[in-house]
Amino acid sequence: MKPAPLSYIRPDTAEEAVAGLAEHGADARILAGGQSLMAMLNLRLVEPKALIDISQIDELRSIRIDGNMIEVGAAVTQAEFLAWPQLKEHAPFIAKALPWVGHFQTRNRGTVCGSIAHADPSSELPLSLALLEGEVVLRSKSGTRHLKASEFQTGMLQTARRDDEMITAVRFPADVGTKGAAFREVARRHGDFAIVSVGAVAADQGAVRVAVGGVADRPACIGIEASLTVSDMTDRIERLAWELGGYDDIHASARYRRDLVRRLVPIIIGEVRACAK
Amino acid sequence: MGAGRYADDVATPRGTLHAAVVRSPHAHALIKDIDTSKALALPGVHHVLTGEDIRAISDPFLIVLKKPIDQWALAVERVRYVGEAVAIVIAEDRYIAEDGADLVDVAYDPLPVVIDPREAVSADAPVLHPDAGSNELSAREFTYGDPDKAFAAAHKTVSLEVEYPRSSYTPMECFVVVANYLRGDDSYDVLANFQGPFSIHPVMARSLRVPGTRLRLRIPADSGGSFGIKLSVFPYIVLMALASRVVGRPVKWVEDRLEHLQAANSGPNRVTKIEAAVEKDGRVTALRFDNMEDYGAYLRAPMPGPLYRMHGATTGAYDIRNLAMTNRVVVTNKMPASLVRGFGGPQLYLALERLMQRVAIELELDPLEVIRRNLISPGSFPYRTCAGALYDSGDYQQAIDKAVGEGRLDDLLARRDKARKEGRMYGIGFATVVEPGMSNMGYLSTINPADVRERQGPKNGAISMVNVNVDAIGTVSVTADLTVQGQGHATAISQIVADQLGLKPDDISINLELDTQKDAWSIAAGTYSCRFSPGTAVAAHIAAKNIREKVARIAAKQLNTVADDIDFGGGRVFSKTNPDNGAAFARVAGTAHWSPVLMPETDDPGLSETGIWSPPELEPPSSKDEINTSLTYGFVFDMCGVEIDPATMQVRVDRYVSMHDAGTLINPLLAEGQIRGAFVQGLASALYEEIVYDEAGALQSGTFAEYLVPTACEVPPVELMHIETPSPFTPLGAKGLAEGNCMSTPVCIANAVADALSLKDVPLPATPERLNALVCGEEAAPPAGISAEKPVSATAGDAAITGDGSVTVKASPAEIWKALLDPESLKHIIPGCHSVSAVTPEHYRAQVSLGVGPIRGRFIADVKLSDLNPERAATLSGDLAGPLGKAQGSGHVTLTPEDGATRIDYTYGVDIGGKVASVGGRMIKRAAQIVIGQFFERLSEVASGKHGADASANGSKSESRSWIARLFGGNR
Repeated sequence: MKPAPLSYIRPDTAEEAVAGLAEHGADARILAGGQSLMAMLNLRLVEPKALIDISQIDELRSIRIDGNMIEVGAAVTQAEFLAWPQLKEHAPFIAKALPWVGHFQTRNRGTVCGSIAHADPSSELPLSLALLEGEVVLRSKSGTRHLKASEFQTGMLQTARRDDEMITAVRFPADVGTKGAAFREVARRHGDFAIVSVGAVAADQGAVRVAVGGVADRPACIGIEASLTVSDMTDRIERLAWELGGYDDIHASARYRRDLVRRLVPIIIGEVRACAK
Repeated sequence: MGAGRYADDVATPRGTLHAAVVRSPHAHALIKDIDTSKALALPGVHHVLTGEDIRAISDPFLIVLKKPIDQWALAVERVRYVGEAVAIVIAEDRYIAEDGADLVDVAYDPLPVVIDPREAVSADAPVLHPDAGSNELSAREFTYGDPDKAFAAAHKTVSLEVEYPRSSYTPMECFVVVANYLRGDDSYDVLANFQGPFSIHPVMARSLRVPGTRLRLRIPADSGGSFGIKLSVFPYIVLMALASRVVGRPVKWVEDRLEHLQAANSGPNRVTKIEAAVEKDGRVTALRFDNMEDYGAYLRAPMPGPLYRMHGATTGAYDIRNLAMTNRVVVTNKMPASLVRGFGGPQLYLALERLMQRVAIELELDPLEVIRRNLISPGSFPYRTCAGALYDSGDYQQAIDKAVGEGRLDDLLARRDKARKEGRMYGIGFATVVEPGMSNMGYLSTINPADVRERQGPKNGAISMVNVNVDAIGTVSVTADLTVQGQGHATAISQIVADQLGLKPDDISINLELDTQKDAWSIAAGTYSCRFSPGTAVAAHIAAKNIREKVARIAAKQLNTVADDIDFGGGRVFSKTNPDNGAAFARVAGTAHWSPVLMPETDDPGLSETGIWSPPELEPPSSKDEINTSLTYGFVFDMCGVEIDPATMQVRVDRYVSMHDAGTLINPLLAEGQIRGAFVQGLASALYEEIVYDEAGALQSGTFAEYLVPTACEVPPVELMHIETPSPFTPLGAKGLAEGNCMSTPVCIANAVADALSLKDVPLPATPERLNALVCGEEAAPPAGISAEKPVSATAGDAAITGDGSVTVKASPAEIWKALLDPESLKHIIPGCHSVSAVTPEHYRAQVSLGVGPIRGRFIADVKLSDLNPERAATLSGDLAGPLGKAQGSGHVTLTPEDGATRIDYTYGVDIGGKVASVGGRMIKRAAQIVIGQFFERLSEVASGKHGADASANGSKSESRSWIARLFGGNR
């Protein structure tokens, strides 16, 4: 378990990092916390020619409120975000979901943006970004663009990031879910990738917005209006379960995943509504 | 604390080279060719060794059964499991060695695979070792008492079939070997974290073709756990020794976790059919077992140990005098099984204790009452079981009374009542276990019929050796024939020796390195089968007692008294009758060094004693196959309550009580550590850990994301209790205790789950998905408008991953046909293709780089077209191979003209093996689909002149629809 030969680059600025990407393109990988990448490197599942370590870039280390968005820089660790004093107030959903990301040891290294860049279908942070309808800030030598969560994550481990782009930040809308937020996750052990994760926040007019992770190749969201009858809601959840499909792996069958969607989505909607009251 | 040094941290000799192992991605295949040229050309690579090289300079390992199932340190001619070592690359450092390993090209010819032992014994199963003729290497029947009569007379017969899964208990530190061939005397000096038994030392020496004295094996004093596993470093000891001989330099190899989970060893899986003849009151009068144990690809010594280790104790804690048993040894295309903590006990008790619950249910009796009615009575110890075990001591009734007492059982019952009243799923489980300690080295010979044993000569006993040495200034040091794995041996030994000599434990210096050229050892040496407390501890006691007696004689002469009057305490040796008449221990002991003339006439100078313990109770098997398999027999009674979450079907252990009788406890704190450790591993087998293979033999649990070792978050509190009925067969009265919960906890939890869900068959590990499938029945059909296709990995046909779909392409069938048959077009169709060359008009070889997201690997693809029905249908089959793994698959394509376009319908089946299957278990199936989807996307692009496919596509798997739609949906 030793990585294949590669060059290690540790830029001091985002500009240098982006210049490195422009030079190496698809042959480069960005290293931030390394909690997914280092394992893949050591198993030689990925063999980049260059590793660009952005963990020491000061300009990427901030969490700030920018208008109605919370912007989290690419070098901010999950632990730092969890410890951000305003998290509960402005992002109560993330405050609930973040403790489920790995273990505190991995959160000390793993970054918020790294998890979103990795686009694992079971991860909590991509689910959070999708549920809260956040956006990803991508920078390349030719400029900066913002992509919505739904535009960014295109599939399992697949994103719309171009080879010459790096994520410099992710932006979560502030104050979503302040009237109700809930998160649940089923995994074989605490800290494992979710078999199914469900998150929900109270939306306008008594509606609840729900996101489901771990079942399809990326998180999926639905809205449940206040006016929906229980039976209509059950139908909608049943339809969602089948549409997401689920897949078999060694921890769970597609059918079990669908059953979890059927059972957990109503529970979580109830939890959000209970908060809202 | 924190100052321990594992084998990897021990300084290596100057010039040490490093090895990396090339492993098979195939579960069963012939090795056609190994091309090492590219690896050898890599700067820093010194040598590459293959099975043929090894075969020329070494002999296959000796095994227990006289069967032609040869195994060398590297695969020879064929591979029989995923992860089998095929070659090693020896290089300047591990990085270069791994780079080199990626460059070794091995050509395989895949063979049919068999994974399930029940299928392995069928007539048409592929035979792993053709010379052996069958995958069933041994089937032995045993009869004790008159089981047929008892079954005929029984009120009722209760039967059950259980399956114990494959699992392993993973040490923190994996295998480490540093081997150094010494040309001067043609010998090998090897440092390795081997755990014993040292009966394997002759196996290694024979394979290396040297006398045992020329294989010096040194075991470091610290090891990061073992749990049985580190016996299985032995093939690598031989491999690295040979490598060192070939390259003329020391060679070091450290096993990584992927290698460990693929190929170290696992416990054997076992299928047991068990029957009880029962009376109306629940009394069991006879048992019948049919044990089919799956040892994986090879039978490594000392296999099939787990099938025979419990032999004498097959009737467990019960007074059952009639027993029939069939033991079958089966090989399959899985990693070889070997020592794992519990060693046959978990497999036995899963069958026996599940059956006892079934007896209660079928007779409508209380399960605990059925247990009680069958227990061996306290007055009958030492108790000889019908199969020959001599249970040394016990009071099972008292142990159970205490465990359930003080309201513990009442509390569990109340919790269950309350839960059930509220509609919750709650169950209670019990398990009783007789836990063997210190194995009789002769038990394995029970596998041979009496006449064969007669010819081979008796095998029996179990020898422990400990040396206590007192130096010239009276300081005491100890060495022992054990291997340390973190149990606290040094603590216990220092306590035993200090007790004898009137010193403080801290005064005793313990060195538990083991050196086969300098230390006393026997074939029984090592640490396994709970032999410390009944074995090594006794030898330490004997050695210290011999020192004490000798020092007493020296002191008697100096103090003008008799040896019987001498006592030890507070660092002094003194007269019992006149304590003032004494001297410092150091002074008296020093006499043996400084003044031989002052020694009593009967004693030699010097002060060094080797205590040798060989208990007489460990006799060879009798002519009737009765065998006292172990020296001591402890007792465990567990009871627990579990609740099952109705939403997730996860099992939560609500309360767990574990009662132990391990005789006299030498050190209660160490005992507790052992029991808690075994409990966690028992819990792991019940609910979490499993080594998973798919039907094609691909290992799917290659990392700790797939092989789920419980963490602190998953471990419930456990209430430990003890009674002590000292063993009359060991001077310290102590029994083994470190494996009991590995045997009791899986079945105790299984019984509780069975109670909670009213199940007859409880699959282990009892995963939420499995329980969900058992409890929730068939899934209702999907709502209108959504197709109810099988899930993605439904194992239609033989392939692990199957699927189908259709796509409509704006091109004529002729254009599509042309694209499929043209190498230049195929280059654009095959995802990630760098080059295509035609081997024949219908056989292409392509270099491709494939992957999903960031994960990408280089492969050589062989693509063959067959069943050609021009412009209408074709079969595409192919193999992929590369450092990341391999795949085999085939697909059938039909073309149907449709309004100026063509509909392509396709079905496919793919098996994926090797590294990517082992580490990517969570995503591999989806990843395969994505790649296959890319193929058809490109086919439609190329056939239609790269102007993009028509947007209508329909992957029939509902879950795959999104990506197929995206791939085909004109997003580009």
